[in-house]
Amino acid sequence: MKENKKTTNGVWSFLKYLSLVFFSFVAVLPIVSCVITALKTKEEYEQTNVMTMPANIFNFSNFGEAFRTANMGRAFGNSFVILVFVLLISTLMGTQLAYILNRFKFKGNSIIRGLFLFATLLPGIAMQVSVFEIMTNLHLINKLYGYIIMMCGTDIISIYVYIQYFENIPTSLDESGIMDGANYFRIYRSILLPLLKPAIVTSCILKGVGTYNEYYAANLYLQDKKTLATVATSLYTFVGPLGSQYNLICAGVIISLVPALIIFILFQKQIYSGLAAGAVKG
Amino acid sequence: MSGKMNVITNDKKGFSDWITSRRVQRALVSVCFMFLPVLLLFVFTYLPFGEMVGFSFYKMKYVGERTFVGWKNYVNVFKNDEYFASLKLSLFYMVGSLVQLAISLYLATILSFKVKGGDIFKGLMFFPYLINGIAVGFIFKFFFTRGFVFDTVLQWFGFHLDKLPYWLRDQSVNNWSLVGTSVWRYFGQNMVLFIGAIMSVDSDLYEAAVLDGCNKWQQFFYIILPNIRTVLVLNVILSITGSLSAFEPPYVITSGANGTATYFVKMHEVAHTSQKVGQASAMAVVLLVIILFATLLQKLFFKYVFREAEDEGPRIRHSDGKKVMRI
Repeated sequence: MKENKKTTNGVWSFLKYLSLVFFSFVAVLPIVSCVITALKTKEEYEQTNVMTMPANIFNFSNFGEAFRTANMGRAFGNSFVILVFVLLISTLMGTQLAYILNRFKFKGNSIIRGLFLFATLLPGIAMQVSVFEIMTNLHLINKLYGYIIMMCGTDIISIYVYIQYFENIPTSLDESGIMDGANYFRIYRSILLPLLKPAIVTSCILKGVGTYNEYYAANLYLQDKKTLATVATSLYTFVGPLGSQYNLICAGVIISLVPALIIFILFQKQIYSGLAAGAVKG
Repeated sequence: MSGKMNVITNDKKGFSDWITSRRVQRALVSVCFMFLPVLLLFVFTYLPFGEMVGFSFYKMKYVGERTFVGWKNYVNVFKNDEYFASLKLSLFYMVGSLVQLAISLYLATILSFKVKGGDIFKGLMFFPYLINGIAVGFIFKFFFTRGFVFDTVLQWFGFHLDKLPYWLRDQSVNNWSLVGTSVWRYFGQNMVLFIGAIMSVDSDLYEAAVLDGCNKWQQFFYIILPNIRTVLVLNVILSITGSLSAFEPPYVITSGANGTATYFVKMHEVAHTSQKVGQASAMAVVLLVIILFATLLQKLFFKYVFREAEDEGPRIRHSDGKKVMRI
């Protein structure tokens, strides 16, 4: 009986690790093959199989060339500006709105909540047909700030994360602030905002990665690819005449995912917990 | 500051002033803090929503004349083979996302218990979710090219190249290749959500189950599954809406050629290449209706499930339908 249990346990744990290794392999293989190809010279790429190791694994020349060809310096600059403003503005707006909706009871509070909740059901890309028309009328196309404004205006999930977070901060803190003669802005700024820091960090990381990776709207509203490309859209340079030079393309792809990789390694825990928090309300 | 001190020590009238000033302050701060978010919500969500519904009854481009055509655009969505075929393509993605949910749930269950190197496995499988869509596109265009990565790996396992199809061109497999890409991208994220849900299950339950002699399967079916069904159902619904809105893989990898144009790819093409804005709007509205319907089903399902859960005894209770509380 005991023997039997031992063998089933052994089989189970073998299967367990086998599946983990298999699916990790599946997840990593496409990326690794890209890295291998990115390290090959043009001749090597043309003559050897894609999975053959490069002769010189320190051949980084493709990265430099891809970086210049796709004008990625500019793209990183643009993405950085976009990120800073989008995160700053949407954090301010999100926390302020959540503060009002959570702390003040007034007529229309639940209506505004409902409006935001219903908006989460409307899929963003589907709406772009008419958002495009509005962006045109507001002369916001082909302008970095136009794209920034649009990205700030479509961030809804994080408001719910903030509201949830506010619910766990006791109102007695607000009251003691009022006793001390602080006005509502001071209460928000000096008492509540510092307490919200963990939630802000989490949603900024998720929102940041999302914004950095956003492709569809950037492609649609930042059409001048020479000067307004983001990192995601700059990769589009490789469609067309360069379409079969995969040693270059792979290098470009790897460059584009390095920032996400760094953020992931540094903030794994926050990313996981942030996803879970967003999903419950989602 | 000194003004406030005065107010507090003042007579009755001053006190009422104090009250009103608080009220005024409240109103002021409310308006200040809500103005911008609500304005943006209106401009980028409700205004386009309204416009889209309006557009859907017209034959129009972004500029120029508009002619009212009634329900014709909607009829087209279902009558025009090209549009309807793309709607049917979503079924491929739905099958894919069910497979994806099964894989993620399986892996999440494994990773929720003690496993050597668990965090590393989790990280490796999750990372694809953080790669931008166009990079994913290039990676898989490369991956599936004839004789490249996928074919090479299959050859390691004894397949012959001559017998393998062209993964992106052959119409009998190309949609599955794209669905595979989508599964690759999202299964790790699903898995992380499931792990979160499984971790929130009271660990006493497992201990009790082990004492009662439950095996792993029984633990899974009687403890894990019932406790994470909220997240599970949510993910099923999300995968339905996700399947309907599959966009990036086909758009970047095949540009919708060879019968791979999903509903969204088609809609994008109709709106921005052929500029049939009215038609595209009707397609978007149909999509919205389907998604709203799916969400409604989800709400009903939750209602049903939670009523059932309340009868299950004192051990687990779902408060406000979301959090699992211990008593």
